[in-house]
Amino acid sequence: MRQLLSGNEACAIGAIRAGVRFFAGYPITPSTEIAEYLARELPRVGGTFIQMEDEIGSICCMNGATAAGLKAMTATSGPGFSLMQEGIGYSVMAELPCIIVNVMRGGPATGTPTRTSQADVMQARYGTHGDHPIVALCPWSVRECFDLTVEAVNISERLRIPVIVLMDEIVGHMREVVELPEEVKLWQPAKPKPVREEYYHYDDTNNYDAAIASFGEGYRIHLTGLTHRKDGFPTDEPEIIKWNLDRLRAKIEDNRSWLWDLDYQDLGSETVIVCYGSAARSAMEAKHQVELKTGRRIGILRLRMLWPFPSQRLIGLLRSARRVIVPEMNQGQLYREVERTVNLNVSVVSVQRYDGEMLTPEEIVAAI
Amino acid sequence: MKKFEIRLAGTGGQGVILASVILAEAAGVYEGWYAVQTQSYGPEARGGASRADVILADGPILYPKCRKLDLLVGLSQQAIDKYLPDLKHRGLAIIDEFYVRECPHPQTVCLPLSRTAREKLGRELFTNILTLGAIAKITGLVSLESLKKAVSSRVPKQYLDLNTRALEAGWELGAGVKSNPFSA
Repeated sequence: MRQLLSGNEACAIGAIRAGVRFFAGYPITPSTEIAEYLARELPRVGGTFIQMEDEIGSICCMNGATAAGLKAMTATSGPGFSLMQEGIGYSVMAELPCIIVNVMRGGPATGTPTRTSQADVMQARYGTHGDHPIVALCPWSVRECFDLTVEAVNISERLRIPVIVLMDEIVGHMREVVELPEEVKLWQPAKPKPVREEYYHYDDTNNYDAAIASFGEGYRIHLTGLTHRKDGFPTDEPEIIKWNLDRLRAKIEDNRSWLWDLDYQDLGSETVIVCYGSAARSAMEAKHQVELKTGRRIGILRLRMLWPFPSQRLIGLLRSARRVIVPEMNQGQLYREVERTVNLNVSVVSVQRYDGEMLTPEEIVAAI
Repeated sequence: MKKFEIRLAGTGGQGVILASVILAEAAGVYEGWYAVQTQSYGPEARGGASRADVILADGPILYPKCRKLDLLVGLSQQAIDKYLPDLKHRGLAIIDEFYVRECPHPQTVCLPLSRTAREKLGRELFTNILTLGAIAKITGLVSLESLKKAVSSRVPKQYLDLNTRALEAGWELGAGVKSNPFSA
């Protein structure tokens, strides 16, 4: 069925198709349509929508639903995302799979509610304290808002980790004609969980790819934000602290090969654009414009997953590039990641726009 | 690639965003165009400038905002003042005769959009939908039937009849317009 949908609507539909049955949130522009859609549709599929008093309450409420075994999600924008950081840290530490959608607007503080931005790239990575892994996905179209929300649910379940979907105002509010699939592929654990006498909530067999017990099933579960033993009870023994953090790190390190998600064309070219989100639409058009005018091929590499940053893959993919252009609607946040990844003899150019307007293809052409 | 860049602009509360969604849906869902709709507005619910862009093309659309307009629909003087420079020289401006006093562009169609809404439908609220009827007739980009289908999925049931009549009233207004860049 052909439909005209906004990115926010597609994200909400993707969440329901992926089995999300719980949403706790506090509406904020430009993410409000996600909450609006789920407030209407979640009860129809037996799910629960709760509007909380604020974003701190929202993330904690969602963490609770996740601990009780539901696929759960929240959606917000910059100011709310800031308030959620402590709760996101808890999701990481307690290994609660959940989805946080951040439809980016300008900041800092309340900034520009109705304007676009990609300025939360680093906050998504380092917003909560402590050494921790995180996964952040970044769609560039309405269809991808659907696909990557489903993907976010699958990754979060599989790795027992919170996954951030980093949209921006353009992608969230833009409407496109799409045909969404009725069925989506959902991750299922290959083996059932052990009997409750043999179950530990955090043992060496269930860091990822495992069936996990939830509250209410009769298993012994203890959740805490403190460093914990395999039974979930707090400890500050040095070797257990290290074991905790190594375990979290391994979620990403052991799974990099299938996790990375990127798209590319013409990487043999001397000039390559590395881009993501709505700015990638301008980058793709810039590539076409230059090729049409000069006949010169321009490479393009679009990241659908920003975190973990695909450094090792980029080293290989960009080996014949001499010039790399990184267009972003911020002051060069991912530019620095790219710069420290590529060879020293490659010049990396940051194309920035941060006045609330979308980066135009012409601005990128000028940099090429 | 065939491509039309259309901007509907006015004051917050006039319904230009809803109108743009209906236009994109009519053309994109019912007539097979590639369609992208975007908007720009301030934090206010009413008042303040409101603008919505629709791009229709026969191939995928990447950059989703309008740059060189084929059609500018202005429902306020401020909108015309601000966006007329974006209109192509050969592009068309459609304006409301009451809210827009001045539109220095060679291809301008001035219509009593808000007045017709008030006189024929009892409320100025229907100006946005009425305007769509006029756009369809004048440009030929979408059919009245497709607009009716799109309207039926986007307005409350109890107002469907009035909105359908608004489309038809706009179509009639458009029928009085002789030649324009789209008919050429």
